[in-house]
Amino acid sequence: MIGFPFDSIDLIENRKRLRRQLLADGSSRIKKKIAILGGSTTNDIKNMLELFLLDNGIEPSFYQSEYNRFWQDGVFSNKELDEFHPDLIFIHTTNKNIESYNFNLKLSAEESEQNIENEFSRYKMMWEAVSERFSCPIIQNNFDQPTSRILGNKDFSDIHGFVYFINRLNMMFAEYAGKAKNFYIHDINWLSAQFGLDRWADPLHWHMYKYALSMEAIPVFAYSLSNIIKSLYGKNKKALALDLDNTLWGGVVGDDGVNGIEIGQETPTSQAYLAFQSYLSKLKDIGITLTVVSKNDEENAVAGLNHPDGVLKPDDFTIIKANWEPKHLNIEEICSELNILTDSVVFLDDNPAEREIVKGMLPTTAVPSFDGVENYIRILDRAGYFEVTALSDDDLKRNEMYKANFERANMQKKFENYKDYLLSLDMKAVIEGFVPIYYERITQLTNKSNQFNLTTKRYTAAEIEAAANDNNKITLYGKLVDKFGDNGVVSVVIAEANPQEKNVFDIKLWLMSCRVLKRDMELAMLDELVLQAKKKGINKLKGYYYKTAKNNMVSNLYGDFGFKRISLLENGDSVWELDISDYKNKNHVIDVN
Amino acid sequence: MDIYERLNKVFRKVFDDKSIVVNASTTANDIEDWDSLEHINLIAAVEREFKVKFNMKQVSGMKNVGEMVEIIQKNGKRV
Repeated sequence: MIGFPFDSIDLIENRKRLRRQLLADGSSRIKKKIAILGGSTTNDIKNMLELFLLDNGIEPSFYQSEYNRFWQDGVFSNKELDEFHPDLIFIHTTNKNIESYNFNLKLSAEESEQNIENEFSRYKMMWEAVSERFSCPIIQNNFDQPTSRILGNKDFSDIHGFVYFINRLNMMFAEYAGKAKNFYIHDINWLSAQFGLDRWADPLHWHMYKYALSMEAIPVFAYSLSNIIKSLYGKNKKALALDLDNTLWGGVVGDDGVNGIEIGQETPTSQAYLAFQSYLSKLKDIGITLTVVSKNDEENAVAGLNHPDGVLKPDDFTIIKANWEPKHLNIEEICSELNILTDSVVFLDDNPAEREIVKGMLPTTAVPSFDGVENYIRILDRAGYFEVTALSDDDLKRNEMYKANFERANMQKKFENYKDYLLSLDMKAVIEGFVPIYYERITQLTNKSNQFNLTTKRYTAAEIEAAANDNNKITLYGKLVDKFGDNGVVSVVIAEANPQEKNVFDIKLWLMSCRVLKRDMELAMLDELVLQAKKKGINKLKGYYYKTAKNNMVSNLYGDFGFKRISLLENGDSVWELDISDYKNKNHVIDVN
Repeated sequence: MDIYERLNKVFRKVFDDKSIVVNASTTANDIEDWDSLEHINLIAAVEREFKVKFNMKQVSGMKNVGEMVEIIQKNGKRV
């Protein structure tokens, strides 16, 4: 609803109305508890952050520390913060909070270095205390540049300069973040430079209200912060749907011919398109799926993409839809072929009319204004649709996996009988209790799987680890390999002893990645779950289905498994049970363990 | 548009309350949500509506809406 780009003061003026409307729009959101530990006033940061998170499918509740009590709260906590049980902690500090720097020309290099170390240790001590107490993700600002420099340009290189101090400290933060787990830097050093330092910090706001940022900068700051948070909770965009003519190259390939379109080194315009294509190619490298949605004959579209001076080639696109159908229909088809939702797509088109139709028909798809090829990269980059918090191997392999999916789909056509097809895939699965190397992937799956997810229960890495070591629980992850490639970890199940009934286990979590739908992987998981349950002397399993806007596809999963439904609520939730004493294995196509 | 009408528009937006009507003697005590934190947002919105920038002395000196209007008028002459 808010979208990008936005007007900062507009958002501040209309915040209350926007908040009211977002909360009333009927969309389902995941709830997250966010503690803000601030070194300056954080109220408006909280307000704006709330708006952007609501706009991205997250409904936050907040704890804010008392003014400038971030360090005390971090190191010692307090009753209120303990009882809040944060899902995430954000530490809002800026250069105003640096304590160990003082301008003193008599300081030796060693003493100056010692001051930097002292400042760093102060933060490190806090992070470690927070991480030990709450085991939740920590987001920490690095430091913005000062608004004045006693030594002028020399402030950068002289050990007595504040700029020198800040840059050194920022490097230490970077090194720490590179090694630490569940720790993320919010790069306000870059953000403030991009925004303009003089607009970023307003002395009036500092002196009067103890706001480290200007009002105008707060929405920009909050948006950038919200990008990290939405990325952590799996709300990033996954795919780009790209127009071709005047979006990936200048001109219209159908009219101007391949030799007539502008791409390459020849003209300023063709260079700008080339730069944009290379930017997209880098997005592909970080795991973003590229697709084409173009009103063109396919032959012309492919010819344009094969232009010798272009960076992107037809092979770089997972799906190419070049036809004369309305674009929103093509985007919907792409989504169903990729097994993603339309809210995971960004649509880029230079034509405002096409953008309006897609916006109207697919309200959850991101459709940024996209005018002037020289601005394309900046628009896409600033929007933060693909904010990287962790580069998992799976992200990097996602495009290969999608491609392999298409090869599988093509093969499927050649078989009369579906079981023959499944057998021909030579599927091999590993299904076993959680092991540490997959904790991160398992946690990620629990936070981003929405469709094939019976309870949509979200877990932190710490909870996953705890479950793995709990004897009263059965944990299972499933990894599937077939002749086309390794699908990675695709399914997760957690069951635990029913608190009332003896020898009964409740299935608290059952999810599977949609990329392995209809492969009988769920049956293989059930076989293994029953086997493990029997080893524990269990004779009955209870399954729970909690209905959400997105998980209708599994509303009858337990029924399909042969469970008996024992209750069905008006809201669509249901409870099921299965007597496992004479259970027979159901999977006959996957070779397990 | 009259300066008070324009101010009403701004106040209604910031406090999300269509019933607000301000006059020269209106103070923070008269509007439920007008606390020190919302005051900052209000100032930013008023500055934008009238294309003025209040300085620190002005912001800290304002006692009621009438004084705000005086400052807007004074600043407005320079614009």
